[in-house]
Amino acid sequence: MPERSLIPIRHLGHRVIESVWRLGVAARFFVLTLMRSGTCARRPHLVIREVFSTGVLSLIIILVSGLFVGMVLGLQGYDTLQTYGSEEALGILVALSLVRELGPVVAALLFASRAGSAITAEIGLMRATEQIEAMQMMAVDPIARVVAPRFWGGLISMPLLAALFSAMGIFGGYLVGVVLIGVDEGSFWSQMQAAVDFGDDILQGVIKSVVFGVAVTVIALFEGFDAPPTAEGVSRATTRTVVTSSLAILALDFVLTAIMFRGV
Amino acid sequence: MSHLFLGCPADPLLVSDALVEIRDLSFGYGSRQILKGINLTARRGQVIAIMGNSGCGKTTLLRLIGGALRPTQGSVRVDGLEVPNLDQQALFALRRRMGMLFQFGALFTDISVFDNVAFQLREHTDLPESLIRDLVLMKLHAVGLRGAADLMPSELSGGMARRVALARSIALDPMLIMYDEPFAGLDPISLGVTGNMIRRLTDALGLTSLVVTHDVQESLKIVDYVYFISNGVIEAEGTPDEIRASTLPFVHQFVHGEEDGPVPFHYPAPDLAVDLGVARA
Repeated sequence: MPERSLIPIRHLGHRVIESVWRLGVAARFFVLTLMRSGTCARRPHLVIREVFSTGVLSLIIILVSGLFVGMVLGLQGYDTLQTYGSEEALGILVALSLVRELGPVVAALLFASRAGSAITAEIGLMRATEQIEAMQMMAVDPIARVVAPRFWGGLISMPLLAALFSAMGIFGGYLVGVVLIGVDEGSFWSQMQAAVDFGDDILQGVIKSVVFGVAVTVIALFEGFDAPPTAEGVSRATTRTVVTSSLAILALDFVLTAIMFRGV
Repeated sequence: MSHLFLGCPADPLLVSDALVEIRDLSFGYGSRQILKGINLTARRGQVIAIMGNSGCGKTTLLRLIGGALRPTQGSVRVDGLEVPNLDQQALFALRRRMGMLFQFGALFTDISVFDNVAFQLREHTDLPESLIRDLVLMKLHAVGLRGAADLMPSELSGGMARRVALARSIALDPMLIMYDEPFAGLDPISLGVTGNMIRRLTDALGLTSLVVTHDVQESLKIVDYVYFISNGVIEAEGTPDEIRASTLPFVHQFVHGEEDGPVPFHYPAPDLAVDLGVARA
């Protein structure tokens, strides 16, 4: 019988071991998904269907959020820049903030809440209602037929959604800065055009959104596939998807920013 | 003779009359034994019922036959193939010749009835869409639901969902269909329709059917042979007439739905008077 004071340490150790074990299983699941992606190449309509359900159906929330984030940036940016008499640089501030950082990160957070949770709930319920088992009994591999198309669908959707978020945000910044406040339109666009670099800014934003897309989709798929086949199990798995994905996005954002912009 | 196709019996000259043969099968999770020393034979063209009270291991037995679980001991042969020894490719090839009807149908909820029945045809064959359409409508006609082809699974009643699942399981003309509680939760009309359909399809398509159920009256009308499982072992077996006439206490209790008997009404507990504090242990 262990001493009472050692019990919390034992619990902690147990949780750490369990987390590492789950991480290993998730990594194996990811590799298996990649290995069984041949079906997606042979039957692209399966992926297109998933691009619709994860990407197209997330458009409203992405576009509306992008617009408001851009409008807020326009207001806050103008307020700060006018102190230094540099309000013409508003276009640069809005564009760089969105393309480098807010576009990929906020779009990925929204993607995790909207599409990630839906993927987990759908696959979890497929398990709970024996649809996955039925598929296996019909000699169809669920990883190839259910998981891989959703993975590639999410991976394709995420950078497109991030790009649309940034474009809508820039439009929001334009509405507030140029149309509402009266910043010079020529300066707004020309300074943005001169300062935003394709390789340094846009491409790196795209890389970030691809990495976030992989992380969110794999977490959502794994949680759904691993969910206990009960209402409570699916509900917990859905919550875990949103929490884990959000933390993964923020942690990966720091790592990628450090590598790409600071030269670490 | 060479072994030409994966999933085909090794030697057609030696094909036995028995499609499913289970010998001395045991299965358990850790120290918990679910099935112990099961022997069962399903001959081609027969409808076999596997009965027993809830949690006795009936569904586990179906999973062992389908290769979803591996026995801890014993042999499971389907069409001459030793199921636990098959690799994934050979197992999938065998499963293409097997159908399984799950308790609540397990229809894919995001696609229509038509697409559910067409699922296996699209996955496993290169048939043109026009031919798939004809085949699907024929299968749906066989279960009386051709008119429901465009409905979504959420629009079906429990009985209809099970009939669609039945149409889906016969899509590739299997040699064996396993039914997991096909009568659970059905109204009397659906119950009779489902029972007759299992018998009719088995006879018309030359299938073999394994029906896991605890619905005694409906099953005894349609099956050729019955196995009773209790506490992980086969307690009794025989034709429906033999089962009806059986004087074995377990079978008698089960067939007549008696409250108490070898399967006790009360879960094991201390004496009631002791629990209520009016007597000493």
